[in-house]
Amino acid sequence: MSMFDDFFVRATLAGIGVALAAAPLGCFVVWRRMAYFGDATAYASLLGVALALATDVPVFIGAIIAAIAMAATVALLSERRVPGDTLLGVLAHGALALGLMAASLVPGVRVDLSSYLFGDILAVGLTDLLVIWSGAALTLALLTWRWSRLLTVTLSPDLAQADGLSPPRESLGMILALACLVAVAIKVVGVLLIVALLLIPAAAARPFSRTPEHMAVLAAVIAVASAVVGLRLSLVLDTPPGPSIVCVSGAAFLIGRMIRRA
Amino acid sequence: MTPLIRAEGLCVTLDGRDVLRDVSMEVARGEVVTIVGPNGSGKSTLLRALLGALPAKAGRVTRAPDLRIGYVPQKVHIDSALPMTVARFLDLPRINHSIPRDEVLEQAGATGLEGKQMAELSGGQFQRVLMARALRTRPDLLVLDEPTQGLDQPGSAAFYRRIDALRQSLGTGVLMVSHELHVVMAASDRVICLNGHVCCAGAPAQVASAPEYRALFGTGTQGALALYRHEHDHSHHHHGQDHDHPHEHV
Repeated sequence: MSMFDDFFVRATLAGIGVALAAAPLGCFVVWRRMAYFGDATAYASLLGVALALATDVPVFIGAIIAAIAMAATVALLSERRVPGDTLLGVLAHGALALGLMAASLVPGVRVDLSSYLFGDILAVGLTDLLVIWSGAALTLALLTWRWSRLLTVTLSPDLAQADGLSPPRESLGMILALACLVAVAIKVVGVLLIVALLLIPAAAARPFSRTPEHMAVLAAVIAVASAVVGLRLSLVLDTPPGPSIVCVSGAAFLIGRMIRRA
Repeated sequence: MTPLIRAEGLCVTLDGRDVLRDVSMEVARGEVVTIVGPNGSGKSTLLRALLGALPAKAGRVTRAPDLRIGYVPQKVHIDSALPMTVARFLDLPRINHSIPRDEVLEQAGATGLEGKQMAELSGGQFQRVLMARALRTRPDLLVLDEPTQGLDQPGSAAFYRRIDALRQSLGTGVLMVSHELHVVMAASDRVICLNGHVCCAGAPAQVASAPEYRALFGTGTQGALALYRHEHDHSHHHHGQDHDHPHEHV
């Protein structure tokens, strides 16, 4: 009997995998003020899941395609200027509502809706684990590869342009990384809390960081710790695991702010 | 000699407004070219179009092969959520830089700031650090958008001396936008007077006596009065959708 036979071990490994990739990506979400953008992408993936189940396509594929489509839509709309909260809000919540409607029309999802909304980490199988770790690794690889360029574009698109970089190309890389992470994080925290997983560890790491790399590593540590502690907590208290993980990272954020202020 | 960068018949439209019309200009190696013009005359737009950050509606921009550009934008806003030391900023984005950090910091008059957070810098320090970063790759062409803003007068004077030294020692071409007309006239090889299109261009003395220039900046001496007129002329030029031709002002 291998350790992977234990559902809790699989859940913990899945949580760690997603946390590792979500943290550095979340830093960019914070730096670029893309929280709503992340929501729109995550909510759209629900629609992707519903369509995938209706057409017998793997859920992961459906989610990633829908996420990319939404991210690309927002990126195109915002090419000229930063889209206001309103536009992003309309897109994000419109996508969520449409996803919920679509889900109710597909029998397979209706049964299982809450597992897509809030995650189903305790039911992660060996194949799921493989998919999650591959997606997380892909996200991390993309980010690491483009790290310096992405940072430059985040600082100032014009500076990046003068350095011979292409801001649209770098933003595309960012969108792909986000879509990839969203697709694998559905199983872990569900579409509703994906952005929390991105945002909170990064925000918690900010007061203790002097450089971007610092912040990314610290965010990863906080995210992984939150996943491990949150899962344990959910077992003890018999609460849903996804929200428990997010609550622990929220607590880390609060404690951090209090330490910094003290 | 082929120029470092050249614009031919460049037209740029922003939000449906023609900001630049039929602009032709060039910068040669070792040459200091300054763009002057009222607010809203398209100076920053021209710089950004030359960098490739804005698409040209018509006309074209050609660069010397493998041109290395050091750019100092008017503003860089660093979000408070992004921790960034000066040292890290200077390392972005390339790893293989030709000039060491402390050397460019010294050249830009910003020695000893490596460990500081970008967000903690004063306006003048920030400006110097931007300059240091622009020098990092040993650029062939420096593109500077109001590079002396936030600097006091001695700082500004020192800045122009450094520009001159770079041009002398490395043959760096310099293209800058400036509001300090009196300094511009002393520090530039050529001046381009821009107001949506090139009103006049040439050697500083030549431009200062051109009627187009006087119409924009005042008919008095090229010094104080022009500067005064210019600084107090903003709102007027903001409104003009398609700006008035300077001749009509006189």
